[in-house]
Amino acid sequence: MIDKLILGRYIPRDSYVHRMDARAKLLLSIAYIAIIFLAGNWEGYLVMAIFTIGVIHLTNIPLKVYIKGVKPLIWLISFTVVLQMLFSTTGVVWFHLGPINITNDGVVNGAYVFIRFVLIIMMSTILTLTTQPLAVADAIEYLLMPLRKVKFPVYEIALMLSIALRFVPTLMDETEKIMNAQRARGVDFANGNVFQRMKAVVPLLIPLFTSSMKRAIELGDAMEARGYRGGEGRTKYRILKWHMRDTWAVVAYVVLVVVLIGLKYYLPVGI
Amino acid sequence: MSKIIDVQHLSFQYPSSDVKALDDISFSVEAGEWVAIIGHNGSGKSTLAKLLNRLLVTDTGDMTVAGLAVNDENTWDIREKVGMVFQNPDNQFVGATVADDVAFGMENRGVERESMIKRVDDALAEVQMSEFADREPVRLSGGQKQRVAIAGVIAVTPEILILDEATSMLDPQGRREVIKVIRDLKARMGDALTVLSITHDIDEAASADHILVINDGQIVEKGTPAEVFGNGPELIKLGLDVPFAEQLKAELRQLGVSVPAEYLDEEGMVKWLWQSSFNK
Repeated sequence: MIDKLILGRYIPRDSYVHRMDARAKLLLSIAYIAIIFLAGNWEGYLVMAIFTIGVIHLTNIPLKVYIKGVKPLIWLISFTVVLQMLFSTTGVVWFHLGPINITNDGVVNGAYVFIRFVLIIMMSTILTLTTQPLAVADAIEYLLMPLRKVKFPVYEIALMLSIALRFVPTLMDETEKIMNAQRARGVDFANGNVFQRMKAVVPLLIPLFTSSMKRAIELGDAMEARGYRGGEGRTKYRILKWHMRDTWAVVAYVVLVVVLIGLKYYLPVGI
Repeated sequence: MSKIIDVQHLSFQYPSSDVKALDDISFSVEAGEWVAIIGHNGSGKSTLAKLLNRLLVTDTGDMTVAGLAVNDENTWDIREKVGMVFQNPDNQFVGATVADDVAFGMENRGVERESMIKRVDDALAEVQMSEFADREPVRLSGGQKQRVAIAGVIAVTPEILILDEATSMLDPQGRREVIKVIRDLKARMGDALTVLSITHDIDEAASADHILVINDGQIVEKGTPAEVFGNGPELIKLGLDVPFAEQLKAELRQLGVSVPAEYLDEEGMVKWLWQSSFNK
């Protein structure tokens, strides 16, 4: 089940992007989503696409993998693109049927939306493919630190996040086991209408829930027995290190922003 | 030698139950000893372990652990000195990787990162898990996870190691590995480490210096493994196993062979069989 989903998987490699600081990667991935809206014309999108493919090349993971990551979302993308095309009212009308007008602006905007979607998904995939979930959790903890000033329980959230991540595969295993156990007793998970299927999930969910409670209690005991008393006063074994390569990545982004702004606001004037 | 654990007239009752889980128990453990506590399911063994480091709290009875009275004030000091390994290898694995899990106890104590890195390495080497330092728990066997749990305890250098059925969910191979690690550790640390192992496993109990047998919340027998296992039939009545050599003796006895009454370990039993067939 989890093997089909590229989004959220980590592929260990040795590459420039893999060695980058998780904080840098997280921040830059978020920045990317803002930056892509700076691209307002063909040239802008071309620069963005070249940039993205360049970064993908730096990850040492074949482009194929990223395209596979986009595939599950292709329906959502197509739906948005089609809506965009159908409901644009400006520009030269190319095709006309009842209340629907397909205009050249509509088609162009649709294409932009398509490219924007694909690029954003690819960039988010870069983050998850090249960064261990744990490092992402650490990065989130670091970025939330300022919120401690307003009494936000950053340490606790970070611990919850890392324990949750650590238990995902364990719980997947257990789900599989319970499913098989219930199948062996005659529960049919795969067939029937919506209601029958929903009912079939109950003998899976309830054991999973009770066993999670049991796990939580035992984990709590084990943590206390090992001296856990809350976040304050703890030291950290894992730390994140900011390297020169992270600074370079930020510089590359700044250059990208400058180029995009240049293309958006000054290029049309020049032509 | 001094008493490192001293328990006097301890009783405990779970709020949800109307029988006492432990009923007026008294015993003591000398520093450096290895004591096994055996008893059938629900006999109160695990409850006892949790009372010792105050994961459970009782009103009646006096307990001293590592020179500290077990009370509210000393809770955390006691936990500093008592390392505990629980039954389920998955549910006590806090860290996302092996090294993180070993470091968890030290992080809680505010150990400097530099010395933490060294102690993690040493502790993993001690349990022969060094090459697994970056692995996630899903990719380890049960025995490996328990060895990591032991490494996490070693890293904070406790005076007392409590094994709360640490081998009961393992396959025979994992069980042997874990017992070997504990034996090696005990051999290295000598009197600096007291081991209290709560167990079903007869091999584990046979490694101990002393055995306490608990039945329905009361201590019914104390003694060396030889003394306790010498009463084979009694143990079976309490729902416990006896070592293989004792089982063999019982079978032979049924076939009319006159076997020695005293306890023999496997080696002793082999020697005796060897000699007796010579005499024929």
